[in-house]
Amino acid sequence: MVPLSYYLVLSGILFACGVTGFLIKRNIITIFMSIELMLNGVNLSFVAFAAQWHALSGQVFVFFVMVVAAAESAVGLAIIIAIYRTRETLNVDRVNLLKL
Amino acid sequence: MLHLIVFSAFGLICVAGAVNLLVQRHPINSALSLVVVMGSLAVEYLLLGAEFVAAVQVIVYAGAIMVLFVFVIMLLNAGEEERTKGSRVAMLFGIPGVLIGSVLVAWVLLEHSVTDSVAVGALPGPPKVIGWLLFHDFLLPFEVTSVLVLIAIMGAVVLASHPESKQPDKREG
Repeated sequence: MVPLSYYLVLSGILFACGVTGFLIKRNIITIFMSIELMLNGVNLSFVAFAAQWHALSGQVFVFFVMVVAAAESAVGLAIIIAIYRTRETLNVDRVNLLKL
Repeated sequence: MLHLIVFSAFGLICVAGAVNLLVQRHPINSALSLVVVMGSLAVEYLLLGAEFVAAVQVIVYAGAIMVLFVFVIMLLNAGEEERTKGSRVAMLFGIPGVLIGSVLVAWVLLEHSVTDSVAVGALPGPPKVIGWLLFHDFLLPFEVTSVLVLIAIMGAVVLASHPESKQPDKREG
């Protein structure tokens, strides 16, 4: 038996790592990976709560989060490719103009 | 007891992978540590009895999405990231802030938890039941996500394709 709070703490740690990566990383691809890390942390708490309250809809919701994350990463990586094509850099500090 | 040991082992691997993602400076190392995080999370889902979610986690997250990431990293030939002034400021204020916040949240969760333990396998999530839920109770969201995925595919193709002026004109071949 693992207490629910342990799962929630693990999910919180993962989310905090994602937020930290989002703040300190300067490579746009790594920032994007940090977002995926945050989504994973939230998914873990969804599944833990679903098991706690015997509600399978929590797991279905994780499925929807994964679908949206897949769509988001496809579009986001395409945007990264477009940015690299115009700016020739992946550093977010150098991407500071809306228009070239 | 055994469940607690498995949970702690894979939880530690998970957190180690997440910290490694932050420490590494080359994006490909970060991507591979993200694969470790997702694989160990799949084991945690199995511990909670969510078989379907664990399988989808491995196939979609650790498989498809990470392949996409590694593909883009190699396509753009991304090198080591450079530290700038902005990143030092973010590190100075971001890491202590996030640490304080997460310790506070963990303390509240551990001290004031009123819930019991999660019984392993108490709620099996077999694909049959999940599929029934998806196609009955969640039919409308399911169809909406199919539209979303279609739009995402079109958007990715439009964004990643070359501008038309640079493309060789195939009609005159």
